[in-house]
Amino acid sequence: MSEIMGLKAKLGLDVFKHDKEPHIKIKPGMEKDPRLKRAVLVCPAGLYEENQDGEVELTIDGCLECGTCRIACGTEVLEWYYPTGGAGVQFRFG
Amino acid sequence: MEEKFDAIVVGAGLAGLGAAYTLAQEGLEVLLLERGDYPGSKNVTGGRIYLNPIRDLFPDLWKKAPFERHITQEGVSVMAGQRSLNISYRGEELEAEPYQSYSILRAKFDRWISKQAERKGVMLVSRSRVDDLIIENGRVEGVYAGGDELRSHVVIACDGVLSLMAEKAGLRKPGSAGQYGVGFKEIIELDSALINERFGLEGDEGAARLFMGEVTRGKFGGGFLYTNKDSISLGVVVGIKDLMEGPAAVQAPVLLDDFKQRPEIARLIKGGETVEYSAHVIPEGGLRALTKLSGDGILVAGDAAGFSMNIGVTVRGMEYALASGYYAAQAVIQAKAREDFSAAGLASYEAMLGDSFVMQDFKNFSEAPEALENHRIYSYYPELIGNVMRDMYSVPAGSKAKLFPTVKKYLGTGELWAMFKDMRKVMKI
Repeated sequence: MSEIMGLKAKLGLDVFKHDKEPHIKIKPGMEKDPRLKRAVLVCPAGLYEENQDGEVELTIDGCLECGTCRIACGTEVLEWYYPTGGAGVQFRFG
Repeated sequence: MEEKFDAIVVGAGLAGLGAAYTLAQEGLEVLLLERGDYPGSKNVTGGRIYLNPIRDLFPDLWKKAPFERHITQEGVSVMAGQRSLNISYRGEELEAEPYQSYSILRAKFDRWISKQAERKGVMLVSRSRVDDLIIENGRVEGVYAGGDELRSHVVIACDGVLSLMAEKAGLRKPGSAGQYGVGFKEIIELDSALINERFGLEGDEGAARLFMGEVTRGKFGGGFLYTNKDSISLGVVVGIKDLMEGPAAVQAPVLLDDFKQRPEIARLIKGGETVEYSAHVIPEGGLRALTKLSGDGILVAGDAAGFSMNIGVTVRGMEYALASGYYAAQAVIQAKAREDFSAAGLASYEAMLGDSFVMQDFKNFSEAPEALENHRIYSYYPELIGNVMRDMYSVPAGSKAKLFPTVKKYLGTGELWAMFKDMRKVMKI
C-alpha cells in the first residue's frame, strides 16, 4: 500500500498568494445553520470543520476557489467573493 | 472623452479567450480581464479537449498549441468493491491525424492561447478582478474592476461556472446543488517513458480512462485518468447534491485518497510524485440548467452559461467554451456593424449557437442528466457485474457450475424487469 498524503501536505504543493481579507466568510449567526454543515462534506480542501459546540468554522488558507460551498450552502449563510486580483490559488498545471 | 471598448471580456478561460481572440482578429477593440496571475491560473480541467467541433473556428491555433498527448486509447472501468471490469478501446481513427482529442493542462494551454490573442491585438490585463457591472437604465455599460470604471459597448461574461456577472445582470440565480458536480484531481509527475510502458503507449500517444462505481461510493459521478506528457491527471467528479446529502456520508477528499489506493490505480501511479491538487465545480444540469444567454449589453459564454456536459462516456466543456466564446464574438461583430448593442442587436448570438453543434448537442442529450441520476448505475450494477465476472472466471476445487445458470442466478424476473426499466432510461441518452 502506498502511503496516503494528508490534505494539508497536498494543499502545501499548490501556490497560494495571500489576500488582505478572507474572500469567503460565514455570515454572523449562521455558524450552526444546517446548510453550513454541508460544507464539511463537500469542500475538496477540507477547510470547513464543526467544533465541539456544533459551530462550523472556516479556514480560508488553502481555498481552491472551486465554488462548491457556494452552491451547497448558498449565499444566505456564506458571504462569497473571489479573492482580489492576483491573490489566492495560482495553478501551475490546472 | 473616456475610452470605450467594443467589448470587455470578463475571464480569460477558454470562453473568454475564444471571444477575445475572434474579436481582435476582426479589428475590434477588446479588453480581456483575468483575476489570476495569468490566464489558466484559476482554471481546472480533467482533462482533455476534443478538436473536431472547433477545428475550423480557430484554424490557426492548433498547429503549435501546447497539447500534452493525443488520445489513442479510451477506457472504461466498472469498479466494484473488490474487483473491476475494464474495457479498453483502440481504433485506427484515433491514431490518424488530425487527432480527435488531446490531454491538456490549463495553466499551460490557456496561457499560450492568451499570447496568440495578444498578438491579434487583445488588451489582456491579469490580476484584475471584476467587482461589479456598470448598469445604467437597465443596460450593461461596462465593469468596475479594482476601483476602475471601464466602459464598453458589450460585456461578455466568461467568468466561469458560478458567473457572478450573469447573476448581477439578472440572467441567472445562484446554482442549485443538483445541477452541479465538483471535480478534484492531482497532477502526478511520472517519467514519460514509464507512462508509455505502463499504458502501452508510444511517443506522444495518450490514454484516457473513466471509472464508475465504488470510486464515488454509489454517488453520481466517477473517476478519471488522463496521461499527460510526463504526468498523470487523476481525479474524481461527484454530484454536489449526492455529496452533501448522502447516503453514506463521506468527505470529498477521502474519495480521491481511496481511489488512489485501489490496486488498479496504485500500480499505474507508483513512483509518481504529486505536484498539484486542484478542484472545480462543473455544470452538469444540461439543457434545462442553461442560463439566459444575453441581455442588454451583455452576453454569457462557457461554463458561465452552463455549457458543459456529462453523457457518461464523454465529459465535455472546453469545446463548448471556445465555440460559445467564438459565437458571442461574432454576434458582437455583427452588432457593431449595425451599431446596435441592445438585447435585440445581440440576439444573433443565440441564433448562431442554435445552429451550431453546441445547442444541438445540448438538445440531443437533454435527457442525459436525468438518465444518469439513477443511483443503481453507481453501486448496484458495478457490484453485480463484478460478481458475475468473479463467478465466470472462478475455478473451484470441485466441479465448475454451468456458465448460463451462473449468470442467471443473479437475474430473477423482478431483477430483469428493473434492468429493463433502467435500460429504457439510459437509452434516452
